[in-house]
Amino acid sequence: MPAITFEEFWSWEAAANLLPEVLGAFFKVTLLVTVVGTLIAVSVGMLLAVLTQVAPGIIARPLRWVMDVIRMTPLIVQLMFASFLVPVTWDLLWVGTAVIGVHYSTYMAESFIAGIRSVDRGQWEAARALSLPQGRTWRAIVLPQALRATLPALGNWTISMFKDTPYLFAISVLEMVTVAQQAGNSTFRYNEAFTIAGLIFLAASLFTAFAVRRLEKALVY
Amino acid sequence: MPPVIRFEDVVKRFGDTTVLSDLNFDVAPGERVTLIGPSGSGKTTILRLVMTLEHLTEGYIWIDGKPLTHDRRDGNRVQLKQKEVAETRKQIGMVFQHFNLFPNMSVIDNVTEAPVHVLGRGKEEARERALALLDQVGLKDRADEHPSRLSGGQKQRVAIARALAMDPKILLLDEVTSALDPELVGDVLGVLRDVAESTDISMLIVTHEMQFARDVSHKVMMFDGGQILEQGAPADILSNPSHDRTRKFLDSVL
Amino acid sequence: MTDNLEALRDALPRLGEGVAITLQLTLGGALVAFIVSVVFGLLSISPAGPLRWVSTVVVEFFRGTSLVVQLFWLYYVMPLFGVSMDAVLTGVIALGLNYGAYGAEIVRGSINAVDKGQWEGATALNMSPLTRMRRIIWPQAWVLMLSGYNNLLVMLIKGTAVALFIGLQDLGYQIDELRVDTATIFAYGIGLLLYYLIALAASTGLRALEKRARRRLGLSAGSVHASAGAAL
Repeated sequence: MPAITFEEFWSWEAAANLLPEVLGAFFKVTLLVTVVGTLIAVSVGMLLAVLTQVAPGIIARPLRWVMDVIRMTPLIVQLMFASFLVPVTWDLLWVGTAVIGVHYSTYMAESFIAGIRSVDRGQWEAARALSLPQGRTWRAIVLPQALRATLPALGNWTISMFKDTPYLFAISVLEMVTVAQQAGNSTFRYNEAFTIAGLIFLAASLFTAFAVRRLEKALVY
Repeated sequence: MPPVIRFEDVVKRFGDTTVLSDLNFDVAPGERVTLIGPSGSGKTTILRLVMTLEHLTEGYIWIDGKPLTHDRRDGNRVQLKQKEVAETRKQIGMVFQHFNLFPNMSVIDNVTEAPVHVLGRGKEEARERALALLDQVGLKDRADEHPSRLSGGQKQRVAIARALAMDPKILLLDEVTSALDPELVGDVLGVLRDVAESTDISMLIVTHEMQFARDVSHKVMMFDGGQILEQGAPADILSNPSHDRTRKFLDSVL
Repeated sequence: MTDNLEALRDALPRLGEGVAITLQLTLGGALVAFIVSVVFGLLSISPAGPLRWVSTVVVEFFRGTSLVVQLFWLYYVMPLFGVSMDAVLTGVIALGLNYGAYGAEIVRGSINAVDKGQWEGATALNMSPLTRMRRIIWPQAWVLMLSGYNNLLVMLIKGTAVALFIGLQDLGYQIDELRVDTATIFAYGIGLLLYYLIALAASTGLRALEKRARRRLGLSAGSVHASAGAAL
């Protein structure tokens, strides 16, 4: 390995020039996709989880299979697939966000199902003994408890989703890593671009992990 | 007046195991009946059938002369619709061995949840009634806490208030002191004695507390192998059982 | 439809090549990830503080920065240091390091999940730490690990599609080529199905391993998809 000096490897000037652009893409795209994607994943995931639990087998079984296929195949390929399916006028940023959200909704659904199953049978029985209607039992008793049990997993999936946003590269959405790569292409300073992108990811991941832990503590009964 | 509960030829099977076979008995309005017997004799299953937590394999259960889950129409056994079952079930309350309080709700919300969302009572009205009930069980000052901060005995008293808040005609008590530390049993039984004296709610009680059974119940039924071995006034059954098995059972729990 | 099928028939050799690349990335990546996970997983429970810290820093670094960033770093930046690698090898190393870091958490979690009484029992028999780990703890932790590895392997297979970003002609690339001559739904339907079958085969294989490991411990064959695998 030929030794290179730090100056050869790292130019503060190049880094300073790149930072606003990369950081801008982080806030404008990466963060946005993560937040909206999480909202989609949580709501669709909860819907799927409840559906697989209450729908008759003839609906629930195929549904679970479709969820398995989505969960077990590459997000990148799904993004490309969706980008060719939609009309060309559609903004691929939102198409990509929806695909990421739906992809992760299958993971969240699995976690929700585990959370629903972890709710003590006695809770269902008490709700029935009080004659609470099914809908109210789900909404007021089972789902709040399931959600609590699921929260750490949801946090992890969100972090995971966040780190998957560079897959949007595949459909040419200008998220942070794509911007870094393009900046690298034009300046031939890939190292600063990718290092900055990596550090932003690292900082945001650590921050989210910390926030999730705080949230968990705040939700203890 | 029809019996408040009537079991008619009730059979309950779990897979190949028959838990109750051809069971017949009546509970009169206001009557408090204690079910005793070795574990696995089907006592808890009877309570769970009345609460419709288990599916009735064969036979009929009548509440106030009306069918609970199955009706006889033109000589056929017909399953009732969920809605009809729910209507009857509103008159029945249950207190569980493991309390089953809702951990995501405060004590008072546990008590007002069903009156508001099932009976459609106003929030204020439900709250006042709940506070009165919590006062009755000695926990008015804990109304806004979460159940996790209460002792087992306190949890069970909240569960009793929660069941009473629905103004049930029938109260089912399923081993309500079995999960409690011995020193907490007295408080819970005291509250129940109080309820028994001050109301005319019919009760089906499963318990191992023989003194409590003697004090509050009008009738004791001894179960063995899914059938009634003997029944009668508490004093007779608990002091002078006519069956050897009853005597052995009583020796084992006293 | 016949057009689609004809195009598919013509594309079969290229699809085969794509599958071959994807499988190379999967197997190579899994092997590197396994080694990385065991090394750093064991370091993370080492009694020596500095070793634990090194493990924490490395694991958090590779978990915290995105796979794509790591891949681009290896691909674009490493040559600066005079290290030029073949693209497949670059992919294998990136996948191995990234998923290996997740795997280290599985190893750590599984070992910690072994009943404390087992550690104490082995110590009471005067076993050396090495023997204790090798003979007593590891076989029990292994069962838990397999369940976590199962999830991780599926993730890794999905992750191989990043190969596209560094110009590799993997399965994902060949599907996109196929699309040119067929309906989009047809090409991607075939493609997703192929990925699904690969993932299913890998998952079934690991589940069989898990069953065997459970039987060896005298446990029932039912699989526990519990704590270890859930936290990716």
